[in-house]
Amino acid sequence: MSLRIVVTVKYVPDATGDRHFADDLTVDRDDVDGLLSELDEYAVEQALRMAEELDGAEITVVTVGPENAKDALRKALSMGADKAIHVEDDDIHGTDAIGTSLILAKAIEKAGYDLVVSGMASTDGTMGVVPALLAERLGVPQVTLLSEVSVEDGTVKGRRDGDAASENLEASLPAVVSVTDQSGEARYPSFKGIMAAKKKPVQSWDLSDLDIEAEEVGLEGSYTTVENAAERPARTAGTIVKDEGEGGKQLAEFLAGQKFI
Amino acid sequence: MAEVLVYVDHVDGAVRKPTLELLTLARRIGEPVAVALGNGAGDTAAALAEHGAVKVLTHEASEYADYLVVPKVDALQAAVEAVSPAAVLVPSSAEGKEIAARLALRLGSGIITDAVDLEAGDEGPVATQSVFAASFTTKSRISKGTPVITVKPNSAAVEAAPAAGAVEALSVSFSAQATGTKVTGRTPRESTGRPELTEAAIVVSGGRGVNGAENFGLIEALADSLGAAVGASRAAVDAGWYPHTNQVGQTGKSVSPQLYIASGISGAIQHRAGMQTSKTIVAINKDAEAPIFDLVDYGVVGDLFDVVPQLTDEIRAAHA
Repeated sequence: MSLRIVVTVKYVPDATGDRHFADDLTVDRDDVDGLLSELDEYAVEQALRMAEELDGAEITVVTVGPENAKDALRKALSMGADKAIHVEDDDIHGTDAIGTSLILAKAIEKAGYDLVVSGMASTDGTMGVVPALLAERLGVPQVTLLSEVSVEDGTVKGRRDGDAASENLEASLPAVVSVTDQSGEARYPSFKGIMAAKKKPVQSWDLSDLDIEAEEVGLEGSYTTVENAAERPARTAGTIVKDEGEGGKQLAEFLAGQKFI
Repeated sequence: MAEVLVYVDHVDGAVRKPTLELLTLARRIGEPVAVALGNGAGDTAAALAEHGAVKVLTHEASEYADYLVVPKVDALQAAVEAVSPAAVLVPSSAEGKEIAARLALRLGSGIITDAVDLEAGDEGPVATQSVFAASFTTKSRISKGTPVITVKPNSAAVEAAPAAGAVEALSVSFSAQATGTKVTGRTPRESTGRPELTEAAIVVSGGRGVNGAENFGLIEALADSLGAAVGASRAAVDAGWYPHTNQVGQTGKSVSPQLYIASGISGAIQHRAGMQTSKTIVAINKDAEAPIFDLVDYGVVGDLFDVVPQLTDEIRAAHA
């Protein structure tokens, strides 16, 4: 049987756009263009590389999000994933990381998997906790924050570069893996890939397909409450000088005035 | 008074600064009870007591070093069951966030990560976070279960507050998942002798304008003149000029020092995400139009190869 790889991806507001909050203090997703979270491209890439190394792995990408989140799935399919699952339901709006991990875990279990591959964090929430939450929910090992990953004979191996040390990790499948942006440049979809993606299956599931009650997710099911969100005041314009031979000295004077020297 | 569990980040008994900062924050919401695990756990007690820990729960076992994350979650869960705390605080490292997440799930609790401040509230602790590349500040609280909160380094001043620090052995039984992910090898990072990036009071960073690994010596010399940590933009890291562990930005570290000096960094949104909360920001860049200048308290439009050495000389002279 070929290895079943499920890659979790997220559709996020473009970081170069003007991101802000909606009235209910959830992320406003209507006002800014979205795209596949850049860090998830590395997850898709590593899944594709592992599939190339193995014989006949099947890659399923899964996302949770509104209608336009399909764009993230299409991007992953055009990179080379085989099929996609879109979990969409009006009651999902406002779901936090704990709830998201519930939806993803149920969808991954329903899809069937040997290996889950995620990005290290989303580029909007940037919590970086969903892979660990998935491992906890699925009851399988977490092999996370890898800059190198490989699978062989039912074992996943990887290298995790932490602050204090680099660690070599190993776990038996099934397992949850997350990869960093150091794992290897993600490929661009080819024209052929983009055309092929249009014919690849995208399945849509809602909460009832996953046996999840509406009150377990969404704003109502959220375990955290945002009390307020305020735009950070713009920094007041600083002093800018042009270096005409004394720039370093002028800067030193500024730093001395601020008691840094 | 309610007890607050503080997860201790330590290396063979030497407590790292973010944990001492957590003790300051913990005292705002209750009495800090520290949890120290692994080799040297007992040796942490003196430093923790000095900074306000009324109790230090310790447990030494080889599992903490031999397997990833889960043994520590098992131990924290045991500590929560023993203490019934009002909150659990964990340093916001990569591992800290994973430990906190799994613990929250087991407790049926919410989790807040990367808090930059914490205060007591009527309905539990209120955490301040800095989101969307630090363009927004939010205040949030946990609405279900025992609040589990991870806090970023430099979020509070370290304050001495001597307390009993009574050491108690924590009883831990490891779960079936504890041995799931083996650590088969560990290569400690070579010490540069410089402060750790996320903990440093001053960070000096280089970017694309540094134009080569060989030129990072200029950035390091400036950093050393100030006792600062060295950071790098993603462009410099991707070019192979400086290690990824020093990357400041959305996919690297986020830093919040007293002083941030950006040299040859244009200030793309991804970089700003990692440094925008720095107290004082200084930039040196040839391009007067670089977006980094929108953030600075002081900017020099000029060639870093002229400005940085001159600045370094001035600082050395001042310190001489």
